Amino acid sequence: MSASPDLEQHPRIPGGRWLSTYAVLAYLFLHLPLLILMVFSVNASRFTVWEGFSLRWYAEALHDQELMESTLNSLIVAIAATGFATVVGTLCAYALWKRASRWIAAGLALSLVTPEIVMGISLLAFFQWVFRHFDFRLGLHTIVLAHVMFSVVYVVTVVLARLRTMDPSLEEAALDLGATDWQAFRRVTLPLLAPAIGAAALLAFIISFDDYVITSMVAGVDSQTLPMALYAMARRGVNPVVNAISTLVVGLVGTLILVSERLRAR
Amino acid sequence: MQPAVKQPGDQGAGDASQTANSGLRTLFLTPTAALLLALLGAPLAIVLAYTFRTRGTYGGVTAPWTLENWQRLADSLYAGILFNSFAVAAVSTAICLLLGFPLALFISRAGRRRGLYLHLVILPFWTSFLVRTYAWMFLLRDTGLINTVLFKLGLISQPLPLLYNYGAVLLGLVYTYLPFMVLPVYATLERMDRTLLEAAADLGARPLQVLWRVVLPLSKPGLWAGSILVFIPCLGAFLIPDLLGGGKTILVGTLVQNQFTASRDWPFGSALSMALMGVVLLLMLPLTRKSASL
Repeated sequence: MSASPDLEQHPRIPGGRWLSTYAVLAYLFLHLPLLILMVFSVNASRFTVWEGFSLRWYAEALHDQELMESTLNSLIVAIAATGFATVVGTLCAYALWKRASRWIAAGLALSLVTPEIVMGISLLAFFQWVFRHFDFRLGLHTIVLAHVMFSVVYVVTVVLARLRTMDPSLEEAALDLGATDWQAFRRVTLPLLAPAIGAAALLAFIISFDDYVITSMVAGVDSQTLPMALYAMARRGVNPVVNAISTLVVGLVGTLILVSERLRAR
Repeated sequence: MQPAVKQPGDQGAGDASQTANSGLRTLFLTPTAALLLALLGAPLAIVLAYTFRTRGTYGGVTAPWTLENWQRLADSLYAGILFNSFAVAAVSTAICLLLGFPLALFISRAGRRRGLYLHLVILPFWTSFLVRTYAWMFLLRDTGLINTVLFKLGLISQPLPLLYNYGAVLLGLVYTYLPFMVLPVYATLERMDRTLLEAAADLGARPLQVLWRVVLPLSKPGLWAGSILVFIPCLGAFLIPDLLGGGKTILVGTLVQNQFTASRDWPFGSALSMALMGVVLLLMLPLTRKSASL
């Protein structure tokens, strides 16, 4: 690629070698902490001294009733929230592609910049206010509602990005050939969007599966999620079981990210 | 509302297709609009209203209306916490600027590997937030890896107090939000007209002068965008100050959480939240004007 020369071919920018050295250090800073965490998840010792390879912390994690229940809760919440957010967000992206809407865009942007803790307490205040009038309680369903709300913007962004690369004349052709608007959407645009929708769904899943701050505010007493369990364990102190669970979570999320990237590139 | 189905007769009519189309569009926008109104707008409005209420005995809020919660923000204790939060966010942003610019520069000049290097910056953003914060607890605590290694090497006899202080909070914030700085800066560097750099060099500018007088001023939009994108989440951060700062470093995020849980003072917590929200929206204003991304 002659348009984008390598560092060595760019003598006018100072310190190419220094810059490369710096970049190595910066990448170590970004990635080493997690790698170390993962390495020590297979350490036989309870302490931060290497004593040999062992999977005992994984076994302990998988036999921990509370951890497994909270994992199940997290999966239920993430799957439900992803389903709703993906449908709602895809429809919204399609509508915004047809014609922009300042209000919707502003609302989505607001959902993105509102600090998590503010979103958490405002949803808590809202749910408590609603529950005064209806007989409901906090639980997994309130977590799902909160997650759908804050993950929709990610779905919209990913799907809209794909729509903008698409040729509008495909739909026009369908309409000219007698398809209704719904048919043009359902039969022409939606199939073309499928990979982007898949990518968006995976991102929504990750965001939901990961959230602690908002979840902890809107969770009921009997609806602990995995991040909540991890947080409680981390506060109590360092525990190799947390390393093991963390490694599993990073593995799962990493896999989903790779799949999502593949889908988006398609 | 029903999906606007076109009647068989109006296939050719352009304006009929227009109305049908906008019917479908309205239908498609409705769920998102309802979601945002019910679960974002209404909750924020309730919290705004709560800032003028009085604290209930067992949590919640009661009458009468009052301005007291807003006045309490000026109390030296809380003003101090707000100031600290600003300071921590500002210092984190400054460190991200210093660390992020050279990294973005490196990526923009990395030729064919740019995509890979960019992904290596984005990847941590998607990795569990909680897990990454815990990773630093694992490294920094008294019996953590750093202290253990230093102790084994005989460099220290007492563990260094690395965790539960402002330094650890800054470290965690920079580690988490550095990608938010690198991406916009990279985007501006990528768009930069390289002939300008060559022109500067041809006119006798030394490499450092090119960097300082040409590249840096031209990357200003990216540096601004990155700074705002880092500053905002740092200001409202809760998890990182909570886990890495411990009880000694109370920032506004922790304070808000505390008012809604342990202290059960919802009106004051609401006032703090809305103050935070106000600052965030003020900071977002220049960004939204420049780029209507959605």
